[in-house]
Amino acid sequence: MIRPVPPVSPGSPSARKPPVLLWIGGALRGGVASAADRISGWWGDYPRVQLLAVGAVLAVAVWLGMTLSGNLARLGLTPGFGFLSRSAGFEIGESWIPYSAADSYGRAVAVGFLNTVQVAVLSCALATVLGLSLGVARLSSNPLLSRTVQVYIEVIRNTPLLLQLFFWSLTVHALPSPRQALSPLPGVFLTNRGLFTPGITAEEAPLSGGLLMLGGVGLAVLLWAALRRWGPARLRGAVLWRTGLPLGLAAAATALLWGLAGPVWTLDLPRLTGFNITGGRTLSPEFVALWIGLAVNTSASVAELVRAGIQSVPRGQWEAARALGLPERRVMRLVVLPQALRVIIPALTSSYVSLTKHSSIAVAIGYPDLVNVLNTTANQGGHVLEAISIMIFVYLTLSLITSALMNLYNHRVALRGENHR
Amino acid sequence: MTAVAAAVENPSDLPFEETVMAPAVPPSPLRLALRRLWGGGLFGTPLNSVITLAYLGFIAVVVWPFLDWALVKAVWTGNGDACRQEVGQGACWAFVADKIRFILFGLYPGPEQGRSAAALLVMAGLIVATGIPALWRWPLLVAWGVGMAVVVILLGGGFGLAPVATDVWGGMTLSLLVFVAGVLMAAPLAVALALARRSKMGGLRLLSVLGIEITRGIPFIAVLYAATLLFPLMLPAGAAVDKLLRAQIAVSIFVAAFLAETLRAGLQAVPKGQYEAAYALGLSRWQTLRRIILPQAIRTVIPGIVNILLNVFQDTSLVLVIGLFDFLNAARVAANDTEWMGRHDEAYAFAALVYFTLCFFGSRYSLWLERHVSPHRRESR
Repeated sequence: MIRPVPPVSPGSPSARKPPVLLWIGGALRGGVASAADRISGWWGDYPRVQLLAVGAVLAVAVWLGMTLSGNLARLGLTPGFGFLSRSAGFEIGESWIPYSAADSYGRAVAVGFLNTVQVAVLSCALATVLGLSLGVARLSSNPLLSRTVQVYIEVIRNTPLLLQLFFWSLTVHALPSPRQALSPLPGVFLTNRGLFTPGITAEEAPLSGGLLMLGGVGLAVLLWAALRRWGPARLRGAVLWRTGLPLGLAAAATALLWGLAGPVWTLDLPRLTGFNITGGRTLSPEFVALWIGLAVNTSASVAELVRAGIQSVPRGQWEAARALGLPERRVMRLVVLPQALRVIIPALTSSYVSLTKHSSIAVAIGYPDLVNVLNTTANQGGHVLEAISIMIFVYLTLSLITSALMNLYNHRVALRGENHR
Repeated sequence: MTAVAAAVENPSDLPFEETVMAPAVPPSPLRLALRRLWGGGLFGTPLNSVITLAYLGFIAVVVWPFLDWALVKAVWTGNGDACRQEVGQGACWAFVADKIRFILFGLYPGPEQGRSAAALLVMAGLIVATGIPALWRWPLLVAWGVGMAVVVILLGGGFGLAPVATDVWGGMTLSLLVFVAGVLMAAPLAVALALARRSKMGGLRLLSVLGIEITRGIPFIAVLYAATLLFPLMLPAGAAVDKLLRAQIAVSIFVAAFLAETLRAGLQAVPKGQYEAAYALGLSRWQTLRRIILPQAIRTVIPGIVNILLNVFQDTSLVLVIGLFDFLNAARVAANDTEWMGRHDEAYAFAALVYFTLCFFGSRYSLWLERHVSPHRRESR
């Protein structure tokens, strides 16, 4: 898959903004006169050439569209999203929400979407942990370690993701059967039938669980905002303060609400009964293969990003920090990492987006992600146009949200840099 | 984090210590290097010593068993029986040797496979020729045109060759064909998109931005599905487009969007003065673009383009999801042969080796190219 091109420079927030947004922004700021200027600017120096070119493209598009609607009518298909409420009639292997073949297409698509989210989120998390450790190991002064990591990165980057996925799929299916299950942690079983982990069962409607989580996050945000405002000033610049603390607060707040709300959720441990493992949460072999495959694949890029980010911090910064008498760990934490993160985070975000897009490769090993479900939908009911529109809509929304967040971040670090000057 | 701290503590990185400690007679460079390796990298700090020792464990648990499987206990010749006696012992490379024609040429009919091999060689030859900067002249474009026509005739038939339907084209030939033809079709489109996105003409710019961002925003597999499912519906009844061509169109649309973005970066890097100087010399807009701007823009982004192309080559393996028999799919299917009892490990290992070799040298080539043709080098001279 095509890997993300590193952003032009983290210091220029407008570099990645789509021109349309700039134009709208400009029109609003500059008032009507400037907007009129810009509209006349739209024509450029060769208005006829442009008219001709745009007209040709539109004509082709209209012709294709008309043939498409003609063909659909001939096949007796009416375009529209009404089919989403009809019964889907196909089973899906794994799902977060209750689903059966009698449920609607809309629900099937939701199941696929949730599965995509599940594998994307877990893979991003694992890829970050792996990539961070590998990136740091790559910088080790021990040549054995740094060279090995280099070989790992080269092997990952120079073989197709699909091939790696087949390899992981093969590996997962070669794991021992449930009776001889590997148990790396208590309550976790790794078998050829998938990964069994402790699950949390909601005794009441799962909605209350979700609300609880949302409440926890909300409470954490409030607490964090309060601490930011009234907390100790010397801590505010620290990395841990900016990343670790919100996470910790969110976890603590959720746990607190959980404790207060009483036994809404119970812990469900998997155990061996007969020839299989029951209870807990089961993650299918396909999911496990996809999860590890995507994470390992992305970890190579993350490792390179981390290395490049740390190396982008000028040597003088290390030396100056040491000359001030800071111990090595604090040099890293207070001086180098905050500057490296400025380079790392935007690139990391686009790695996450491309991981999410790569997760559509699930279709090759039979994990029911969004693209897989939509493909079945398109093949089964002939709702090709609708299925592809949903696909484009979901992934595009995701990409746009991410690039908006990235612009926001770039804007922030750029301002911060100027204030410090 | 500690490893980094160790990297920084490493005295070999601090040049002034050496000058202070330098003996009157400098030791030989080899000895110095060894001492630095031993005392610095391998056993210099407690952490590095631990890593070095742990590495021995890594060799015993991972590296040695792999080499044992792949080389020492491997079966190199013979048939299925020879490997079956060694089940669970070592790799069965005899399987790859036996199936190599299927892996390279897919379902292409046996007696005609020479044609597929010839097509493969023609494409490989053209790619190698394109890699030599001294040959970057217009005859190369002619060679590509003629070469691809030869490839299509060789594969498809005509001029006295028996016709072969596209649905049996396969193996490495197909992978390379999808890649090469996709990129050739994408290149002009990418230039047009990049120029439109940089142009003052708002309508064209809007169309180009929409096209590029939508294509880049969705997964390649979605583009493949869109092309295979939607495209036939967009043509008048009776006009059938075969699966290979549809995949080809998907690949070129996808590649064009990414190439266009890279090219745009190149165009942005060309200083304004270059346009002004060209206009001052009386060159027309088109001449400026063709003779002054594009050559510089493309030169700047050549390493980026090569990287994209390497990724595209790996991505061609995804055509498997629409049922084409590319190299990886052929290797996978070859392993299903009952005679050899599911030699998937060997099939994937072989495919990985081939992809790795091609892409690794491709990326090394890209680094070499960066040093030899990028404009930065010229400035620094």
